[in-house]
Amino acid sequence: MTTQVTLQVDGAARTVDIDVRTTLLDALRERLGETSPKKGCDHGQCGACTVLLDGRRHLTCLSLAIDHDGAEITTAAGLADGERLHEVQEAFVERDALQCGYCTPGQVCSVVGMLAEVRAGQPSYVSPDLSAAPELGEAEVRERLSGNLCRCGAYVNICAAALDVADADVDPVTEEVAG
Amino acid sequence: MSAPTYARPTSPDEAVSAVADDPNAVFLAGGSNLVDHLKLGIVAPSALVSVADLGLDEITEQDGGLRVGARVRNSDLASDPQVRQRYSVLSRALLSGASAQIRHQATTAGNLLQRTRCVYFQDRTVPCNKREPGSGCPAIEGYGRYNAVLGASDRCVAVHPSDMAVAMLALDAQVGVLGAGGARSLPIAELHRLPGDDPSRDTALEHGDLITHVDLPAQPEGARSDYVKVRDRASYAFALVSVAASLTVDDDGTVTDVRVAWGGMAHKPWRATLLEDAMAGGSVTAENVRTACARELEQASTSQQTAYKLPMVTEATAMLLTKLAAGEGVDR
Repeated sequence: MTTQVTLQVDGAARTVDIDVRTTLLDALRERLGETSPKKGCDHGQCGACTVLLDGRRHLTCLSLAIDHDGAEITTAAGLADGERLHEVQEAFVERDALQCGYCTPGQVCSVVGMLAEVRAGQPSYVSPDLSAAPELGEAEVRERLSGNLCRCGAYVNICAAALDVADADVDPVTEEVAG
Repeated sequence: MSAPTYARPTSPDEAVSAVADDPNAVFLAGGSNLVDHLKLGIVAPSALVSVADLGLDEITEQDGGLRVGARVRNSDLASDPQVRQRYSVLSRALLSGASAQIRHQATTAGNLLQRTRCVYFQDRTVPCNKREPGSGCPAIEGYGRYNAVLGASDRCVAVHPSDMAVAMLALDAQVGVLGAGGARSLPIAELHRLPGDDPSRDTALEHGDLITHVDLPAQPEGARSDYVKVRDRASYAFALVSVAASLTVDDDGTVTDVRVAWGGMAHKPWRATLLEDAMAGGSVTAENVRTACARELEQASTSQQTAYKLPMVTEATAMLLTKLAAGEGVDR
């Protein structure tokens, strides 16, 4: 059974004919040429295929495209404003959190989604008090980003990059100090 | 595998009919488990009936408790202010499961119906009684650290993977189901089944039954609850063992209500009723909890590979209940 779906990818409507079994990841990469989301494990274990789907970080390898007709998808490539990088991308460059770069688009999308979740007051498993607003430290960042694996082991720098942006979020002065 | 058909009904009744009328049709919710199974070739449904347009995605007040729609996302349920405040064991269990990306995708009903991660079940090149009834169970003699130690049979030693369901069991949740014969409700304790001689059936549901909601009843005044998960790495791993507990003590420290459920121990979330009976009316000391756990674990059956689970679940339970009794948080 072939069907047509339309995906809003990085602000542009893209229509594609797909098989029912086509994942969002394969629709994006193989059919629409959007190579920012990466195919890593293809089983939901590594996070390299992470995008923002209707505003939330989401795996594209475990989602059927047909079930997300009309969805709004932001890939890491779409986070930049032309030549101007997103603040999370800037922080990754600043902190050298890229390493080989393969998992990086998923990591970047995941950090953007994670910071929005923290701003919305959502707790994590390691938050000491479920009812309080979460305070983002290294333990929180590690737990919240645990769905993204980096085989180069750039975690320390990814944590630092995420915390740089989080600190800038609440207190611009901290950014100057950190910088 | 030939491609399945895809349908997207707009009412629960239509969805139930679409699946009930085709013996090889399945519901598609978040898809994080089902899509993986399609790729692995361990299921080959003729039709995918999406629940995307059924609504059923709200959390509402109901009889002093909460009604959770079947399509409420795991992340939304975990973050709901009422759940965080009144059912912290559930919030914490949800947050311990999978990754943030998957919690945004996974749904309440889908989580209840997710299937075991037993490596033999997920490998279609080897026999598995759960996948192909009568084909055998290499897990019994094979790689077995995750195997069940309670309620297993000589046909299947797989464990249920959900964290959420363990917490809901400790909360005495009720599961709302819509089937071809109409709507009904069953205690979550009766939803999942032990393997017995037919491990291919995970639950008491009939083909075509749609979970529509889960009801969380009001909890005892002053109850404190939490979830502890022990696993191979700090995050994003299934439980070796887990403990969901809710405890109420009076001013003298005497137990007036205790509910304990274990994950990673059995083919279903395991309610430790013998442990609860042993704790009732007593005081919560680590020694008392260990004695009560021993009562529950008299019925356990272990191998060399799973023997570790008994002291592990005992100490996790003792730590959790003593912390709850003292009004302290669990170190994380």
